[in-house]
Amino acid sequence: MTRTGLAPDQPVVREGDGPDLFSKFDPLIAMRENLLSEGQEDPFNLVMERVLSPTRAICNGRETILLGTYNYMGMTFDPEVIQAGEQALRDYGTGTTGSRVLNGTYTPHKDCENALREFYDMSGAMVFSTGYQANLGIISTIAGKGDYVILDIDSHASIWDGCKMGDAEVVPFKHNDVDALEKRLRRVPEGAGKLVVLEGVYSMLGDVAPLKEMVAIAKRHGAMVLVDEAHSMGFIGEHGRGVAEAQGVLEQVDFVIGTFSKSVGTVGGFCVSNHPKFEILRLVCRPYTFTASLPPSVMATAATSIRKLMRGSDRRAHLWENSRRLHAGLRELGFSLGTDEAQSAIIAVVMPDLERGAQMWGALLEEGLYVNLARPPATPANMTLLRCSLCAEHSEEDVQTILDMFAQAGRKTGII
Amino acid sequence: MDRAEIDTRIRSIIEPFNKAQTAIAEDTTFAGDLEFDSLTVMDFVAAIEDEFDIIISMNQQAEIETYGQLVDAVTRLKDRT
Repeated sequence: MTRTGLAPDQPVVREGDGPDLFSKFDPLIAMRENLLSEGQEDPFNLVMERVLSPTRAICNGRETILLGTYNYMGMTFDPEVIQAGEQALRDYGTGTTGSRVLNGTYTPHKDCENALREFYDMSGAMVFSTGYQANLGIISTIAGKGDYVILDIDSHASIWDGCKMGDAEVVPFKHNDVDALEKRLRRVPEGAGKLVVLEGVYSMLGDVAPLKEMVAIAKRHGAMVLVDEAHSMGFIGEHGRGVAEAQGVLEQVDFVIGTFSKSVGTVGGFCVSNHPKFEILRLVCRPYTFTASLPPSVMATAATSIRKLMRGSDRRAHLWENSRRLHAGLRELGFSLGTDEAQSAIIAVVMPDLERGAQMWGALLEEGLYVNLARPPATPANMTLLRCSLCAEHSEEDVQTILDMFAQAGRKTGII
Repeated sequence: MDRAEIDTRIRSIIEPFNKAQTAIAEDTTFAGDLEFDSLTVMDFVAAIEDEFDIIISMNQQAEIETYGQLVDAVTRLKDRT
């Protein structure tokens, strides 16, 4: 090799596992290889080959009951919703190719925001391209330098990332611990702005926050309150507005964050609020401004679905019944569950460790049942969970079938 | 409250978290020497906050790697109140 500097660049030859930027992923790569080496199907790589209904799909050529979709109200195949989407696709085309603040606001975007105002009975509504971006945008924008964000330690990744993106001081408190929240609020320096971030339903264990107490404490300390109701919209509360409505504190919540990718059955995120200056956020919230808006067909399906959810009380009652039935049945079979009673449509089954959790997940799939495998760091206290989320379209018989499948798979893997 | 007193109090708080009974010096690290994982850190920080009635935000925690840095940070935060 010459040292004249005229030789062409040679590609760097790495010997074996020479370190590069990917070296930090080596422990995770090793863990996955170890998990999959015994013929275990990859729990994070499943393909839905065909989707038959909100509760059925073909996976690995086999009809599978879906029990891990967050499709709580089963709106994904609703004929009126599909029709609205098809019509918008024809009328407005496939996409906006632009930001909401430039060329990306069409009539369906405004109509979708109106549907949200009607649903929540609030004056302000802002639609984001995903729920993740809604949290990212609102939290990072309203809590600035010198302000304090006080949040539950088990908050969703989008909330943590919103904190990381912003300049505020970030102060977590122990999960659902009212005293821990109060202590931290009391210690915030005089005069600093305060935002308390809570979730209605925490998606890992399916447990509900004591919002009544927490919102009262936050208000007593002069804090603004943001509640993420992603897993409760359409299902919990008299009008399906979420846990804050069910606990009678929705009027005191400053910002409700939600998503269209759960009960609403499509994709997108939103924030609703009664704040008089809410509209200014459209100009200062970067995850809102610097991204393309959702396709008009998605907005039309979301708006139609939201308005249908306003009249969904029968389906809500059915979903509650089935959630309680599944919870009681799993407990009777001897499984360890994330909550003492069904608090939402999420029932989390606690696995002894990741290896056996993955085995159980595979055994359930063989039986014809899909659930979510959740593992650290997404889970609290390093737990491995099989997370079940019910859909209003599951029948009572489906729940019995699901319980039989759990019994079979649980015995096969020695978990019960 | 001076640094020495804060040091003494933090040493007694750290005791139940220091499972391996590692000797603690100014340059002892929490992640490396004491092997604190994220859950331990949360409980430990909460115990310190309650003892001194202060907030150590995540932003401040990111700057604290060693025992000595923690004592300095608490001393500074106590001075402010």
